[in-house]
Amino acid sequence: MKNFLSGNEAVARGALEAGIKLAAAYPGTPSTEILENIADKFPSIYSQWSPNEKVAFEVGIGASLGGARTLVTMKHVGLNVAADPFMTFAYTGVGGGFVIVSADDPEMHSSQNEQDNRFYAKFAQIPFLEPSDSQESKDFVKLACEISEQFDTPVMLRMTTRISHSKGIVLEGEPIEPPAEGFKRDMNKYVMIPSNARKRHVVVAERLEKLQKYSEETELNFVEDNGSNIGIITGGIAYQYAKDNLPEVDYLKIGFGFPLPLNKIRKFVKSHKTTLIIEELEPYYEEQIKAAGINIDGKKYFSNLGELSPYKVALGLKEAGIIDQVTMAEFEPEQLFPRPPVLCPGCPHRAPFMALKKLKVPVTGDIGCYTLAVLPPLNIMDTCICMGASIGNAIGMEKVNPDENGTAAVIGDSTFLHSGITGLLDAVYNKSNITVVILDNRITAMTGGQHNPATGQTLMGEKTKEVNLIELCKALGVESVHEVDPYDYQATLDVLKTELKKPGPSVVITNKPCVLMPKRVMDKPYEVILDECNGCSACFRIGCPAISTSKELTKRNRPKAIIDPLLCTGCSVCAQICKPEAIVLVSEPAVVGK
Amino acid sequence: MKNDIKNVLIVGVGGQGVLLASEVLSETAMLVGLDIKKSEVHGMSQRGGVVTSHVKFGTKVYSPIIPYGQADIIVSFEQAEALRSIEWLKKNGLIATSRTRLVPPIASSGKFFYPDDPIAELKTKVSRVIALDADKIALELGNPRLVNILLLGVISGELGFDSTIWNDAIKKRVKPKFVDINLLAFAKGQELAKKSNTVSA
Ligand SMILES: Cc1ncc(C[n+]2csc(CCOP(=O)(O)OP(=O)(O)O)c2C)c(N)n1
Ligand code: SF4
Ligand code: SF4
Repeated sequence: MKNFLSGNEAVARGALEAGIKLAAAYPGTPSTEILENIADKFPSIYSQWSPNEKVAFEVGIGASLGGARTLVTMKHVGLNVAADPFMTFAYTGVGGGFVIVSADDPEMHSSQNEQDNRFYAKFAQIPFLEPSDSQESKDFVKLACEISEQFDTPVMLRMTTRISHSKGIVLEGEPIEPPAEGFKRDMNKYVMIPSNARKRHVVVAERLEKLQKYSEETELNFVEDNGSNIGIITGGIAYQYAKDNLPEVDYLKIGFGFPLPLNKIRKFVKSHKTTLIIEELEPYYEEQIKAAGINIDGKKYFSNLGELSPYKVALGLKEAGIIDQVTMAEFEPEQLFPRPPVLCPGCPHRAPFMALKKLKVPVTGDIGCYTLAVLPPLNIMDTCICMGASIGNAIGMEKVNPDENGTAAVIGDSTFLHSGITGLLDAVYNKSNITVVILDNRITAMTGGQHNPATGQTLMGEKTKEVNLIELCKALGVESVHEVDPYDYQATLDVLKTELKKPGPSVVITNKPCVLMPKRVMDKPYEVILDECNGCSACFRIGCPAISTSKELTKRNRPKAIIDPLLCTGCSVCAQICKPEAIVLVSEPAVVGK
Repeated sequence: MKNDIKNVLIVGVGGQGVLLASEVLSETAMLVGLDIKKSEVHGMSQRGGVVTSHVKFGTKVYSPIIPYGQADIIVSFEQAEALRSIEWLKKNGLIATSRTRLVPPIASSGKFFYPDDPIAELKTKVSRVIALDADKIALELGNPRLVNILLLGVISGELGFDSTIWNDAIKKRVKPKFVDINLLAFAKGQELAKKSNTVSA
């Protein structure tokens, strides 16, 4: 059957067809929809969200050793978190076929860096496959399982945002049912004490030689002979951009990216007058090709920064003298206001940041919707490095640079459970004087609303235990743990002010859900009484998208505020900070300060 | 081969139904038997950011993204976003946009300004513009969320697919209880396009 699928939907379909038994992940753009699709469409596969990528990977190892075909997915930076099991699993090899999806994010559409994870496969000495459209995304899952079992190695399926989130036509196949092998005890292979690991490293080196041979022979690395004297070596989405520009030259398309088919490449280069490498991000092919003594260019013409595009490839081809002309835009781009993402109207994260801003303390930050507080007009967050980093950052900063008003670390519920718990343990152990604000909106919102250990529901929709964050923090040894309603601005300000001044670590946990996920929260909206509004702009500075400037001006020509009743969730935060009490519940008396 | 490809860019702001519109368009092209690719970057879109969907179809489509200056049609659900997107438009390309005005908080900050009349500016540059009070028309039809399908109706004449195929695609992609009203919105869009002399200009 033909279907129109995104790369991620196609990987999910591929998992079904390959006979995957277990799929585990922690969400992360652009990988998230793979597991969501598996859980939604193919419940015959056991799927789960783990608290973080390392655990997901380890769950996957267990399933593979248990004899089942296994899929583990994550975004590129997730593999940093899972790098420890990843590197050593490369030594032990697998039981059932094991596929690790690394979804990279060139251009950083929703990420903190654009690391090129093809190097991870080389680093661990394991093969990786790289699809260039949805059809290949599906087909490569099964191929990866077969390669994994044939060579006794985990296999990486390397996706990028454009492959994961673009749709194309996919011809679907029939699911297979691989034989269940069960767990075969083998301590020499699976227990990596040094004496065993040394022997396994030798196996890895031998395996690499076999993989090298496979890479030269496999149809995953194919030559497209159009009788041209120009040859392009490319893979992934760059292949499509190149084909758009040069449909009729010759190609060596790399689908099996480590180890590279260097002999095939050498032959291809020899048989063409000019050969170019077109690859997105780092010179991964190029370094190895040049190291093999084959002198052709790539990054000289195509930047290693950001995403490639048909346009950027055209510019590079022109510079390389392959094409004469680049079609330029007919119309000049407009310089307009930006439209950055913002915290939603009524977002429970808003008032805690207003309070922190008022208290003028250093705020180490973390990753989630709340990171948007760094943007104007809130502009409050001093660091954002990686998930869980806020707590460690605050500890270090406070040790060398204690602030008289205190030091705050801000972290979301999913992020705290992902990698914040150990940071908090450090704060207790090392007697840190920080206040950790856990913005518990009961969902993993940034990535589109996934469940986590605090929400009481599994990926497959079963009810489960909810971790109790207050008890958890207390058990770690934090003596001062407080819960606060983030819609009560004054109460939030008060508790933060007190806790920040206290010696020793303290935790403040907010207790209102995200207004978008899993359910939309909508109460009676607020409105501005124009006669009372003095144009002070205080409400503009809290960054609620429901509030904007009206056409009405004050005597001093300052615009008055207006609230869009369709967007306002009735959270009341703006009303609480409006000095002239101009913001009131629609057709009801003012509610101020609670 | 390159020339038989049609490129349609759909733009709007998070929550305006850009993705449903591009799904319906893709489904139509698929029912006709064409190759299709479609690309959008989601992630931050739910938080009021710009949403852009590239749809390409023809005998054989490689890249899922439309190069600058190559869109045959731009469909926009917000007037300033229409203006922002012209970099993609082909020389004689058509822009169909709603007059919807969504002013982001940043434009209330005093640092940035939302243009007074983005459509007037658009018309000084681009010759083929259809601008509609799509919000108002959608509301008259019974649901403000119909703007996306209404605008697909407006541009449908440009693509030459049969109305019945469009309708089949809508039936396949829209939730059953909203199918009838969406078919109505689509037909309304077609009718408005016929009245508008810009299409044939
Ligand atoms: C290692 C790693 N994994 C995944 C992500 C993707 N990611 C960014 S924020 C986030 C979760 C945010 O959830 P939460 O902390 O609850 O904050 P919320 O968005 O709900 O406010 C995820 C999964 C990432 N950036 N890094
Ligand atoms: S999705 Fe939820 S957590 Fe994210 S900004 Fe909106 S309300 Fe806040
Ligand atoms: S009450 Fe005020 S701050 Fe809250 S959603 Fe409505 S306009 Fe925004």
